[in-house]
Amino acid sequence: MIKPVYTAALPVMENFVIQKNRIENNVGENTKRVCIVTGTHGDELEGQYVCARLAKLLNEEKDKFSGTVDIYPALNPLGIDSVTRGFPMFDLDMNRIFPGSPTGSLAEAAAHNIVRDIEGADICIDIHSSNIYLREIPQVRVSEQTADGLLQYALMLNTDFVWIHAAATVLESTLAHALNLRGVKTLVVEMGVGMRITEGYCTQLVDGILNLLYKLGMWSGRLRLTRSPIVSKDRNVSFVNSDAAGVFIPHAAHGDYVGANDCIGTIIDPLTGNIAETVVAPCEGFVFTLREYPVVFGGSLLARILEYKKDA
Amino acid sequence: MLKETIYSIKSPYRQSMDITAYTFGGGEPSCCIVGALRGNEIQQMAICAQLVNTLKRLEENGCLVDGKRIMIIPCANYYSMNIGKRFWTMDNTDINRMFPGYDQGETTQRIADGLFKSICDYKYGVQMASFYLEGEFLPHIKMMDTGSGKQETYESLTDFGLPYGIIRTPIPYDTATLNYNWQVWGCHAFSMFAAYTDHIGRQSTQTAVNSVLRFLIAKGIIKWTLHPGSHTRIIKEESMCNMQTTFAGILKKHAKAGEDVNEGDLLCEISHPLEGHTLGRIVSPINGTVFFAYNKQLVMEHTDVFKIVPSVEVGATGAAAGGARRVQLWMDV
Ligand SMILES: [Zn+2]
Repeated sequence: MIKPVYTAALPVMENFVIQKNRIENNVGENTKRVCIVTGTHGDELEGQYVCARLAKLLNEEKDKFSGTVDIYPALNPLGIDSVTRGFPMFDLDMNRIFPGSPTGSLAEAAAHNIVRDIEGADICIDIHSSNIYLREIPQVRVSEQTADGLLQYALMLNTDFVWIHAAATVLESTLAHALNLRGVKTLVVEMGVGMRITEGYCTQLVDGILNLLYKLGMWSGRLRLTRSPIVSKDRNVSFVNSDAAGVFIPHAAHGDYVGANDCIGTIIDPLTGNIAETVVAPCEGFVFTLREYPVVFGGSLLARILEYKKDA
Repeated sequence: MLKETIYSIKSPYRQSMDITAYTFGGGEPSCCIVGALRGNEIQQMAICAQLVNTLKRLEENGCLVDGKRIMIIPCANYYSMNIGKRFWTMDNTDINRMFPGYDQGETTQRIADGLFKSICDYKYGVQMASFYLEGEFLPHIKMMDTGSGKQETYESLTDFGLPYGIIRTPIPYDTATLNYNWQVWGCHAFSMFAAYTDHIGRQSTQTAVNSVLRFLIAKGIIKWTLHPGSHTRIIKEESMCNMQTTFAGILKKHAKAGEDVNEGDLLCEISHPLEGHTLGRIVSPINGTVFFAYNKQLVMEHTDVFKIVPSVEVGATGAAAGGARRVQLWMDV
């Protein structure tokens, strides 16, 4: 059933509307509720396909499903419809205004109503797809503070990687933080790249979400697990940023294991043909982030590498 | 005056962006003034440019106090300014959400780091700031209440001689701004809001320039005389009355920033965008002064079109008491 989550008037003859699709079956006192949210950043589209696949599957095989799944495919509908990462008109990052405010601007009021609508759910999966600059291996990101409570669920999602990262105060204004504070176990998934859909990643995550539903006792249909994620615990993540400006040509492939000092790409100067910088891996490890957008400035992120560690 | 490049960033095809700092006097780092961090902060840059021009003359005339150093950075983001963009040219990030910065990080983190390293040791810091909503402000000076040890910052608000000093309680989103990080670093940090952002108001530029000079005089950094300016009324940001739209359409304002209004006065009306009739009106719920007036022609629901400072001052600290007051008061037509 399609339900409005938040509505407000735009200047000329149009309402701003955030919608969700509620799919439910055999709902009782002890059944669980899971929310799938995406589209906070209007240029991140991988979640669109995940939502569509999941909605279709759960509706078609409702007999194998019990409980409630709420699918919110577009928390920033104006952004998705106008190829805009931020919240149009405000030029702001919607994932920096949570928990919002009922008396704030339209964007803040929308954020407030999103949080209120999701509140009470058991689990929320917040799907992001990086940005147009970087390509990400399917991964769950949890902060160190929330790792104890969330790791067991993160491991269910059939991703390649679980990144337990240090917390930052600015991240206290994300949807995930607001929901975790309110008792909704919220997992942030990052995968793929902005403005594109990577079908393989999307089906991989749909399988992971079905596995999570199965573990919660909500799903008895097909299961297809293909991954057991590496967890970043005790492992260093190295950031590789450019020093030169120019055009980045990757030599390593996304998802490769590289050795320390292996060349992972070059930054070229198209005017002269010269190599402005040879980019080498700072450590042996797994390239889980790789730059997709070629033009770089000094400082542009080129790759993130999860340090390889032999198991003791 | 010493002119130097404090940080430089390379781009593939443009000339490098060199952040230029102007230093006056010598000795202890006394006051730093930062202008545009965003590409539309044109008035903020222009205020700094006038300050550079003025301080140069004051220095030549021996008006700087010995052992005091002043630094001015008029523009830290002319790459965006030159292409008419507000945020960073490549990835649309906001330099004023990247502090204290990181020298091994992304481009805008590196810019923030390069800038912050040059300015973090100053005793006083003044940032020429801008607001995310387009509109006209009464000139004011703002500080973030980051907790204990801020008494001197608080007391210094009046040294600018601006009509209003605003105290803001920071939210997580503020923690990556220059002002917040300056405070954390032990600097007495202020954000100055001139009337406009992408428009240079002659009067408001002069007001801002004078208020910085007045502050430098008060702190014993320059020797000069200037008229004392306004009495500063200090208020907490949340005690301001925000008038928010509950209709959307074409906005017709009946009040301007700086005007005194009485309870019941008509502030604006909103009309149907296609049919012209009035949808609703906003009237002032209190006696006060219009502090901010939105200046776009079209409004959506939930837009703060006016902020009004209540005219009655209460509370022991001189700050007006009261919680968050957001009023949606309408006379439906
Ligand atoms: Zn995102």
